[in-house]
Amino acid sequence: MTSRWRIHVAFVVGLGITALLVSAAMLSLVWTPADPLSMSIAGRLEGPSRAHPFGTDQYGRDVLARVMAGTVTSITVGVLAVAVGAGVGVPLGVAGGYVGGWLDEVLMRLVDAVQGFPAILSALLFSAVLGAGITISTVAIGIAFVPAFARLARGSFLELRGREFVLAAAALGANDARLIGRHIFPNSLSPLIVQATTSFPVAILAEAALAYLGLGTQPPQPSWGLMLKEAQNFLSLSPWFALFPGAAIALAVLGLNLLGDGLRDLLHPIRVN
Amino acid sequence: MVALVATLGFVSALVFLAIRVLPGDPVLVMAGPDANPEVVARLRQAMGLDRPLSVQYVEWLGGALRGELGVSLQYDVPVGALIVSRLPVTLPLTALAALFTLVVALPLGVYAATHARRPGDYVTMVVAQVGLAVPSFWAGLLLILLFSVHLGWFRSGGFEGWTLGFWAAVRSLLLPAVALGLFQGAVLIRATRSSLLEVLGEEYVRTARAKGVSERLVVLKHAFRNALIPVVTVAGLQLGQLLAGSIILESVFALPGLGRLALGAIAARDLPVVQGVTLFVASCIVAINFAVDLSYAWLDPRIRYD
Repeated sequence: MTSRWRIHVAFVVGLGITALLVSAAMLSLVWTPADPLSMSIAGRLEGPSRAHPFGTDQYGRDVLARVMAGTVTSITVGVLAVAVGAGVGVPLGVAGGYVGGWLDEVLMRLVDAVQGFPAILSALLFSAVLGAGITISTVAIGIAFVPAFARLARGSFLELRGREFVLAAAALGANDARLIGRHIFPNSLSPLIVQATTSFPVAILAEAALAYLGLGTQPPQPSWGLMLKEAQNFLSLSPWFALFPGAAIALAVLGLNLLGDGLRDLLHPIRVN
Repeated sequence: MVALVATLGFVSALVFLAIRVLPGDPVLVMAGPDANPEVVARLRQAMGLDRPLSVQYVEWLGGALRGELGVSLQYDVPVGALIVSRLPVTLPLTALAALFTLVVALPLGVYAATHARRPGDYVTMVVAQVGLAVPSFWAGLLLILLFSVHLGWFRSGGFEGWTLGFWAAVRSLLLPAVALGLFQGAVLIRATRSSLLEVLGEEYVRTARAKGVSERLVVLKHAFRNALIPVVTVAGLQLGQLLAGSIILESVFALPGLGRLALGAIAARDLPVVQGVTLFVASCIVAINFAVDLSYAWLDPRIRYD
């Protein structure tokens, strides 16, 4: 009972931080304390004040407004990257796990190969040909998630395809599509949901890193990583400029990690005990 | 071994196809959109892009296997030589980060497991959560702010090479290695704690305790080695991630390694270098992952590969 209570604390804290993150993103769509793109040469690199609680950047733009707008960028890239990872990885894993044999072998070697491409490598490759941008970084991050989703889906399908309820459905005449769609897939969803939740903060970190390297979100669109890149040149002059976007990333990732941990423990109570 | 070769084959095909098949003409990328059509045609012929894709791939792969990855358009030297020239920065940075990860994470993980559900465990887990949440490049900036800008103990970036002395070089790599190892260290703390906790609950550990074996011996001799298998998996997989992550930290600390080489190549439209660096790093990661698989059998004799 005590350990369950502790897990709920982590889950609730994570949920609270995530709710704050989503609220900030939604609020920024209709209101920010200032225009995140509006420049003011006279007000460059100001420290935190009542008018600008997080200070201003090298173009006099309000850092709080840009941090709020950056939340939308992070969440959008995070959701889409996880969707790409699951959208490609799950069908690969389902095909390998359900069909088995040589197809499984070939697909798993392909998945092993894709595992050699963390988001940064794919982003380097794609940016070299297509030019850097938020779409490239989203796809690159999504590709990096493919192996995890593929392995999970394959593992579940390998395990479930021999279970009695699946064999019974097959004996009653269910075809492959029905066996997969109605019987096996719904029972393999739980680990995939946990994987999606734990991938989301990783995507936010990766988006920020790629934007920092100039391979992701491009100026003037607000992105936490991009803001840190800009702040690096003024580190000794305006240290707060580097503090707030970095703290935003850390808080968002912390909240989502706690949420993911809590969700995993709640969905797999055996692990807790 | 067959699996490793097949996987590396896929890696090479993915790198090759990404450059040749994706929308966007590599010749126009290198020559620029306003290039003279005659220059474009000559470059296309020089790169062999006028031949069938399969022929191009076989030739490119054959060259790659001999270490011939083309010639850099920016530096006019072989890409293989360029990569080798940057390894004395990237590999030590990765190794130092891995060392930092192990030295910090293993003791903390063991401490957390042996003090489970006590204040020390909670503090360690909070530290691990923070390590997971802080992006490496922000950690790098904070370290620069503290140790370079305020305290003046370290340079804020740059690397003068190994010729000035071992410690001077290590000193240049220390802050980036700490920033790089932070995330992986946090992952390893959690993995070590979780694995050791599981083993400490086993029957044979209880038997050892019942026989009066000291707690220190129980943990270090009986439990730790058996807890190592999942920890080695995580640590091995993290090594590949550290290699890729070094690209980011090289940018933060202006270190002339593989990452800076690749990023500079993108800015200069030097596709052979981008392709060469990507192939090299991806192949290293795949090879590391396979080595981790093989190490299972060494750590646990019950596991055998046919």
